[in-house]
Amino acid sequence: MAMKVFTANRLSDGTVVYIGPGDTWAEVLDHALVAATAEEEAALKTRAEAAVKARLVVGAYAMPVTVENGAIRPASVRERIRAAGPSNRTDLGKQAAI
Amino acid sequence: MKIVKEGAPVADTWTHVGDEAELPDGGAVIVSLARFKAERDALMGRNAPLGLRLASHEPPADVAEDLGRFEVVALEFPVFRDGRGYTHAVQLRQRFAYRGEVRALGDVLWDQIPHMLRCGVDTFEVADDFPLEAFEEARTVFSNHYQPDTTGRRTVFELRHG
Amino acid sequence: MYRYDEFDQAAVDERVVQFRGQVERRLKGQMTEEQFKPLRLMNGLYLQLHAYMLRVAIPYGTLSAAQMRMLAHVARKYDKGYGHFTTRQNIQYNWPRLVDTPDILADLAKVQMHGIQTSGNCIRNVTSDPFAGATADEVEDPRPWCEIIRQWSTFHPEFSYLPRKFKIAVIASEQDRAAIRLHDIGIRIVKDAAGETGFEFWIGGGMGRTPIIAKKIRDFVPKAELLDYATACLRVYNALGRRDNIYKARIKILVHEMGLDKFSALVDEEFARIKGTVALPEAEIARIRAYFAPPELPVLPATSTAFEAKKFEDRAFRDFVRSNVRPHKVPGHAIVSISLKADGIAPGDATAEQMDLVADLAERHSQNEIRVTHEQNLVLPHVRLDDVHDVWQALKAASLGTANIGLVSDIICCPGLDYCDLANARSIPVAEAIQRRFADLERQHAIGGLKIKMSGCINACGHHHVGHIGILGVDKHGQELYQLQLGGSGAEDASLAKLTGAGFPPDRIVDAVETVVETYLGLRDGDDESFLACFRRVGMAPFKAALYEDR
Repeated sequence: MAMKVFTANRLSDGTVVYIGPGDTWAEVLDHALVAATAEEEAALKTRAEAAVKARLVVGAYAMPVTVENGAIRPASVRERIRAAGPSNRTDLGKQAAI
Repeated sequence: MKIVKEGAPVADTWTHVGDEAELPDGGAVIVSLARFKAERDALMGRNAPLGLRLASHEPPADVAEDLGRFEVVALEFPVFRDGRGYTHAVQLRQRFAYRGEVRALGDVLWDQIPHMLRCGVDTFEVADDFPLEAFEEARTVFSNHYQPDTTGRRTVFELRHG
Repeated sequence: MYRYDEFDQAAVDERVVQFRGQVERRLKGQMTEEQFKPLRLMNGLYLQLHAYMLRVAIPYGTLSAAQMRMLAHVARKYDKGYGHFTTRQNIQYNWPRLVDTPDILADLAKVQMHGIQTSGNCIRNVTSDPFAGATADEVEDPRPWCEIIRQWSTFHPEFSYLPRKFKIAVIASEQDRAAIRLHDIGIRIVKDAAGETGFEFWIGGGMGRTPIIAKKIRDFVPKAELLDYATACLRVYNALGRRDNIYKARIKILVHEMGLDKFSALVDEEFARIKGTVALPEAEIARIRAYFAPPELPVLPATSTAFEAKKFEDRAFRDFVRSNVRPHKVPGHAIVSISLKADGIAPGDATAEQMDLVADLAERHSQNEIRVTHEQNLVLPHVRLDDVHDVWQALKAASLGTANIGLVSDIICCPGLDYCDLANARSIPVAEAIQRRFADLERQHAIGGLKIKMSGCINACGHHHVGHIGILGVDKHGQELYQLQLGGSGAEDASLAKLTGAGFPPDRIVDAVETVVETYLGLRDGDDESFLACFRRVGMAPFKAALYEDR
């Protein structure tokens, strides 16, 4: 199974977030929990649905990733841009803090 | 479900009768356009109040000659995105001068009520827990409007000139 | 410029109250996201890749200095210090927080602005000619009619849940600077033999997945019947437009599938029934027109010695005048375009500081007026020729003085995958790469008028279908790929661009554009033959050969 991370946008401000450890939602992809098995994915999915219901986040979904040397890398260009910020403005988005 | 009219719940004397269901001996019924067309004479001979239910793809023009026979026309809003019912309501009131009850049912949302009222809907069939506050807000949210509507209130274009 | 009276002000203020309530209900859980979405969209609020995005209307592209300063204020206070001017005379903020949006709209309402109907399946912000009221070639200023349509369409009870969005553009000249033939309804103001104002109606144009050029449905709708005729068109569309497939829901598909004659007959039937319903008193037309009375500009000599001297002395200024300055109807004045296409900046983006500067210049030099164009630039519509050089100097110092209007680097470009949730590919980096490749302004001027338009998905916000050169970003197996199209026009000679062939990867698309340009330069019949004229003369074959045969 392809490894997956659950992501969404926070309801109150729209920030891109990822399911992290405990009951946290991480703002940085590297702090996300990676599901490597169907059971892990199902557990994250349950958490994602609960967070949508609790109006914490909007539009939660699973996205495929790879992990290299501990760094999580989204499979799609779209998710790489979401994780970093606009590619034409490296001073904006999450990449600005890195 | 509850029926709301002029912001307050009212008793519902009407029964929706499905296309296959047997007609009750007496009492007010609302039937679909298909059933009305198929059983027109029997329905009109029933000697009880008759209502018509129109799906969103069924314009009132399809039943123009008989509109006067119905005490209620119930317009279906199958999903809130389907806005055909607004045009049907306007057509009922303006083109066909229909004076009976126009009822909205289906996926009716809080914020659609002001528009529906302006298009000529006067009763709403909504879930029991639908907040009545929405009907209150609908009456007060906008003090004036730019377009003529079925309420006959003067538009901003007119109000500006006495 | 139009100024709100108490009715208009109450409408936008009440809308803010209504929206604040909607946001509260959403946060409290009294609405699902699915239910909230159409409501926030009808106030211009999207949820994009990184954050929410707020689209604010600039009705028919006209702004005062105070309004521009408020746009700058919003960028600073609630966003990240910039905004993006769009192809529909709107501005978009890319980073607002949901919880702040009622406050943003309240701030905007203080200067008579709003996000009403900038999205959703309703009648959208009415667009117009950015040179309206300043150009000599119009029969009258189209903006009073835009304002009338704006008011009539605001919170329209019957037309807020249409099958799909509905865009109206209005112009008043032969030359089309608002792409009316690519709108759901395009209106051109004309005069009849008696000198009476009326409206030529075009219907069923649009871009998106299925681009169609609008068809003329009426030669002359008398002014008193404008809103009744529009109502008839919308009513037929609302009742019969397709709702089974979002890609077939625009009025263009209805008109196309039904045929213009049949559609027109249905509209005529409805129109005959409702004529006289929407009362538009003469006094009201006169009231609104009065706000658009031309500014009292002194009639000056048609040529300015100071202006001519500066042109003679300074080649860069001469270039600026050639591309960015157009004649004004009052002698001694000019219409000055401000390019938002400087190198290294996303097309249409402006910082809060730039907005403030443009506001200052508008106050000092342009009768307090600014225009926004569908080509994502700004305009100072009423500048004295004597002042143009000073204005240019001030613009240049703020990276706003690029002399490239209508040239290769004046690219229309959607936000693409860098911001947009719908996009399949990035568009901004490609636009920037093309700008870098053609950075030499002298070369651009030698190439002449050439409109490049690029979209990052099939929705065509970047108008690629009507680019002289159109670029469409697609996703092919997870890789960005760019299709090239040639020969489109969104102007009075509207045509749809044709696909050259297979798409190009990101590292080849700029070469491909340059190949097209070089091929044109080799084929053109003298320096005066534009790219579009040349393409129409020689056809696709030589371009195709140059692009593909040596690969």
